[in-house]
Amino acid sequence: MDREELTAQETALYDRQIRVWGVDAQKRLSKASILVSGLNGTSIEFCKNIVLAGVGDLTVMDDRLVTEDTLQANFLIPRDSDAYGGRSLSEVCCESLRDFNPMVRVSAEKGDLSQSEMEFFDKFDAIVVSCCSLNAKVAINEKCRKRAKRIAFYAIECRDACGEIFVDLQNYTYAQKRSDGTVERHLSYPSLEEAISTPWRNLPRKMSKLYFALRVIERFELSEGRTPGKLSSSDFPSILKLRKELCDAQSLNESHVPEKLFERILHAGSKLHPPICAILGGILGQEVIKAISGKGDPLKNFFYFDTADGKGVIEDIS
Amino acid sequence: MDSDSKAEAIKRAKVLMVGAGGIGCELLKTLALSGFQEVHIIDMDTIEVSNLNRQFLFRQSHVGQSKAKVARDAVLKFVPQIKITPYHANVKDPDFNVEFFKQFNVVLNGLDNLDARRHVNRLCLAAEVPLVESGTTGFLGQVTVHIKGRTECYECQPKPTPKTYPVCTITSTPSKFIHCVVWAKDLLFAKLFGDKNQENDLFVPSNNASDSVKPTDNIIERGSDEDPEQYSRKIYDYVFGYNIQAALANEETWKNRSQPKPTFLRDVLPEKDILHNGILESNCLTDDLSLSVMPFLGMSNPQEVWNLAENSRVFLKALQLFLEKREKDIGNLTFDKDDQLAVEFVTAAANIRASSFGIPLHSLFDAKGIAGNIVHAVATTNAIIAGLIVIEAIKVLQADFQNCRMTYCLEHPSRKMLLMPVEPYEANKSCYVCSETPLLLVVNTRTSTLRDVVEKIIKNKLGMNLPMVMQGTTLIYEVGDDLEEDAVANYALNLDKILADLPAPVTSGTILTVEDFRQELKCHLNIKHRDDFDEEKEPDGMVLLGWTDRAISNGQSTSTDHQVAVGSTESEGIKVATEVSGMKRELNNSKTPQDVEDDNDEDDDLVLLDNHSETNKKQRLH
Repeated sequence: MDREELTAQETALYDRQIRVWGVDAQKRLSKASILVSGLNGTSIEFCKNIVLAGVGDLTVMDDRLVTEDTLQANFLIPRDSDAYGGRSLSEVCCESLRDFNPMVRVSAEKGDLSQSEMEFFDKFDAIVVSCCSLNAKVAINEKCRKRAKRIAFYAIECRDACGEIFVDLQNYTYAQKRSDGTVERHLSYPSLEEAISTPWRNLPRKMSKLYFALRVIERFELSEGRTPGKLSSSDFPSILKLRKELCDAQSLNESHVPEKLFERILHAGSKLHPPICAILGGILGQEVIKAISGKGDPLKNFFYFDTADGKGVIEDIS
Repeated sequence: MDSDSKAEAIKRAKVLMVGAGGIGCELLKTLALSGFQEVHIIDMDTIEVSNLNRQFLFRQSHVGQSKAKVARDAVLKFVPQIKITPYHANVKDPDFNVEFFKQFNVVLNGLDNLDARRHVNRLCLAAEVPLVESGTTGFLGQVTVHIKGRTECYECQPKPTPKTYPVCTITSTPSKFIHCVVWAKDLLFAKLFGDKNQENDLFVPSNNASDSVKPTDNIIERGSDEDPEQYSRKIYDYVFGYNIQAALANEETWKNRSQPKPTFLRDVLPEKDILHNGILESNCLTDDLSLSVMPFLGMSNPQEVWNLAENSRVFLKALQLFLEKREKDIGNLTFDKDDQLAVEFVTAAANIRASSFGIPLHSLFDAKGIAGNIVHAVATTNAIIAGLIVIEAIKVLQADFQNCRMTYCLEHPSRKMLLMPVEPYEANKSCYVCSETPLLLVVNTRTSTLRDVVEKIIKNKLGMNLPMVMQGTTLIYEVGDDLEEDAVANYALNLDKILADLPAPVTSGTILTVEDFRQELKCHLNIKHRDDFDEEKEPDGMVLLGWTDRAISNGQSTSTDHQVAVGSTESEGIKVATEVSGMKRELNNSKTPQDVEDDNDEDDDLVLLDNHSETNKKQRLH
């Protein structure tokens, strides 16, 4: 569907948001192709937002079967086991997402993105991953960076009442509107691997502690071969041990990463908190819209939200 | 266990949501997923196409249906065990009284207008139920928590009331496009198609009107032999040509202003254009609201800015179409932003006027936004705000008031933050709503009537719907269903009386007590007489002054009894942001769509408080 002007239908439907970001941005959105790998409470919030925004198409990947467990914080799955029984998350969510905006092509793709062919990646302008191990995230991010066309990469994760978003736009140039005119800005994003390799003692003291806590947890899940997001309080001692190891390796005092933070996250286990999903999914939605439309300052390169202090903070870790 | 008590509090809670629109849909979804079991939701609106870009519980097939009801049905699909009671009604209805509000543990607002917000604020105070307020516009949003006795109420800080303009700016000396839009909508459109009995300032006699060009309402009347085309050309030349010529005759007005150019049809459109008697084929559209001029003229892009000639063609054709296809509507139409022909007409009229006054022209898209008071909106901000509302609601339910906070969702990060938490403020001890501080009303008691005060101040500024006015023990005025006939007659008489001539005379030094029974709000007005009022700055002919600026109450000195006005920066008759000890109190006076009069928009508006300024050190709670 390649047309220059928006249809009357689109103009009517998108009126209120065109008044926010303009017709040109809306046109660019309508040509964009997005992929979301890993469907949970948070990423489906993002899916809802991006479909409502009117992207060209959205592909979702998650072969896990719908179970009681996956129903939590999920408003895309009708609570009718006859309807969802035996089907994959991507299949069922895909159907509901289509309803939100008939003008967006929503499809489900089978498989594991970290194993996918390079050419598969080329279809997309932006890829969002969730419920993903560290290795998988890094592999997918690397693939995005190797393609000729720039593919924006986002990772999103919520634990307990807090969450993290990682953004990699590679080399990104855009026109920034300022009160004194328009300025061309150029941003250079590190890859995920580069970012998390930044020595901890080089990072600002006042930085969000969540960054460190999540890095420890990431490592733990990787080394123990655990499914991401399925830790529990019984892991607490082992986590603290790993914390010490990592902090020592980084010449950082372990108290820098508070115990309480791990307590909270582990205690929550795999339970998601819907308000957090909504907040993170909303911020991520805004970011992807900005990157696709080329309008607005994209965040660089981590975002954290924690109910404990109520702050939604951007950290530049490079 | 902490999480168990939280789950319990959520399970047991009875929540009232007011508004099922942009914020409402996201909020209801998040409440349901979070384990809430009983939610009541009030919304008087029905679903429109332009809602569907963000109110995701609704589908195209639901257009025209009640938002509250459809929202409920949609949520039950993924949380079947939740009990949702929808009310397709106005929250200001008598049914939603203090008793009704008392049954809830918390009230969550997702409203789009100041009037309803103030009403709910008062009921929550009276019922002593915590209120979580919120608003969004584009990428901006905020959530605030209001707990009686602990934090400020929603009205402790004056909120900008809808912006209005002095009459003369609209009728004679427009300088911005919006003035032209207001003229086109509230004067020209209203005069041509609206209620003939309504007062209308379209033809305002200039001070030194030359006798030869007398403004006359007869122009509007269409002669029996006047066909629509002739009529439309006549109107065009009159309002854009002769009327402006007449205004030019008054030299005083134009001494320090650039003069407008009268615009006559003959100078804009070639003869053959004007004489072209196209037979209007009936559009296959049967829907009045979709009747449109644009396709006739080969125009398809609402974002395009038409030139003077194009605007003129649109003006003529639109007027003709109204006369030919919608004759039955003439005489009782009010402007509706979803009425395509009305939008086209107003756009064209505003542009032609703008052209006369050297003001830049605008596209239909922009004009529609201004005329329709459209608030721009996206789904993501609403989703974020809804999440923040639920977080605060849960704290309220656990009586965790210490941790309640206000949160601002920013478009550009401030100190690395996109979501900025702020401690709630203490109640303003001088707030006339939640504490009983008197207000000062400066008015000419020898020329103003009681009706003037009731309409302009008590209803409009104080937001009371069913007021009762007393002087000492004498009841001067009240409204109600259960009043006796002679009482009603007596009050009607009083309304038209000059203040000083009332049975209990109102003069300088008098104190009036005004009460709204349903809102359980009582307020005292100290009256002070003044003879003259500035026509431009105080077009109401009276001024309401409110509580002291917060800076004063925090120990800063004040040289005079300058007080901060109730209301916004430039609204009618209300004093502008005050200077106290050299410090300006910044109210929301940005030049964004929020400034435009904002009644009954179907979207959520943002009321930004000036909380970022470090200089306004306000009392924090903890």
